[in-house]
Amino acid sequence: MNELAITVIGRDRPGIVADVAEVLARLGANLTDSTMTRLRGHFAMTLICTGPAAAEVEAALASLTAEGQLLATVRAVTPDGDVPPAGEPYVMAVHGSDRMGIVAAMTRVLVDAGGNVTDLSTRLTGELYVVLAEVELPAGVADTLVDRLHRTAAELGVEVTLRPADPDLL
Amino acid sequence: MPDVEAYTGLGDWTPDSLLVPGVVRPVVSAPHAVLSRASDEVDPTAAETVQLAADLVATMRVSPGCVGLAAPQVGVGARVFAVDVTGHPKAVTVHGTFVLCNARVVEATRWKPGREGCMSVPDLTGDVKRASRLVVEGDLPGSGEPVRLVTDGFEARALQHEIDHCAGLLFLDRVAGAHAIYQRKVYL
Repeated sequence: MNELAITVIGRDRPGIVADVAEVLARLGANLTDSTMTRLRGHFAMTLICTGPAAAEVEAALASLTAEGQLLATVRAVTPDGDVPPAGEPYVMAVHGSDRMGIVAAMTRVLVDAGGNVTDLSTRLTGELYVVLAEVELPAGVADTLVDRLHRTAAELGVEVTLRPADPDLL
Repeated sequence: MPDVEAYTGLGDWTPDSLLVPGVVRPVVSAPHAVLSRASDEVDPTAAETVQLAADLVATMRVSPGCVGLAAPQVGVGARVFAVDVTGHPKAVTVHGTFVLCNARVVEATRWKPGREGCMSVPDLTGDVKRASRLVVEGDLPGSGEPVRLVTDGFEARALQHEIDHCAGLLFLDRVAGAHAIYQRKVYL
C-alpha cells in the first residue's frame, strides 16, 4: 500500500476541499490524517493518503492546478507508524509584538531541552503575534526549561508560559 | 487579620458608594507591557483607588458585551477590577456590578472549559479551563472592607480572568492547546 504526503495551497474559494477530495476519491486514495485550514486568505491542506502511486495522483490533481490558482505537491512517504511520545505533554504560549525569529528562537529552546513539538499554530492580528505549541518534554526538564524560555522571551521582548497539557479525557 | 468569614457578600456596596463620577478611560490592547506585568497592591481607601474603581465601572458600562475590566487594561498597574455579568445567559450566581481591590482566589474547584474573549485582545477568543466554583477574597474600594465572594459559573470565570490580568496574565497564557484560539467573528 502506497502512503502519500499531499499538500494543496491556494487563494481561498468555496469548493477547494470538495474538488481535491473528489479527485482523490476517484483514484481510490483513502484520506487518513489531514489538516485543512484558512491561513490569511489562503487555503492550506496537508494530508496523508493511502492508495495509488504518487505520479497518478499528481497527474489527476493537475486539472485543479492548471489555472495557477492552486499549488499541489505529492510525495511517497514511508509508513513508519505512530511515533511513541517523547515525554509529558505541555502547552507553550508566546505572545507579543511581531518580529522576526520568534518561532525559531522559542522552538530551538524546546528542542535543546529534548522536547518534540507535536502541534503548533501562529496567529498575527494587528501588532499582536501569538504562538501556541504543544510539546512533549522528557520527564524532569520543565522547571529548568521555563527559566530558559523566559530568558529567550525577554531577549525577544515577548511573553511566554509553559503549562502541562490538560490530561482530562471525557 | 480580620475574620473574613464574617464579610461574605458585598453587603450594601454599590458603585454609587464610591461617591465620585467615573470617567471613561481608553482601553489598551496587547501587546502592551502593562498587560504582562504583575500589578501592585493598592490601598482600597485611597482617593486614587476610588477614582480608578469608578472609572473602571464607567469604562465597562460603555463597552458593549464587557463583563469585566481590570486596571491594567486602562494602563494602570494596580490590583483593581470591575465585574458585572448581570443578564449574561451563562451566569448563575450574579453579584451585580462590583469592584474588588487586591483580590485573590482562596478556593477553586470543578474546572470546566469555556470560550473567553478580552477587550485587550479584541481579535481573538480562546478555550480556557477555569474553576466553576470559586471563593475570592478582596477589599471593597472606598470603605476598604474585606469581602469574601462565593460564586460559580460565568461570574467565577470572569473573576479568574480579571484576577489573572492583575497578575500580568492574559487568557492567551492559559489556552488549552495549539488550536484553542479563534479569530473573532462576531463583535459583541
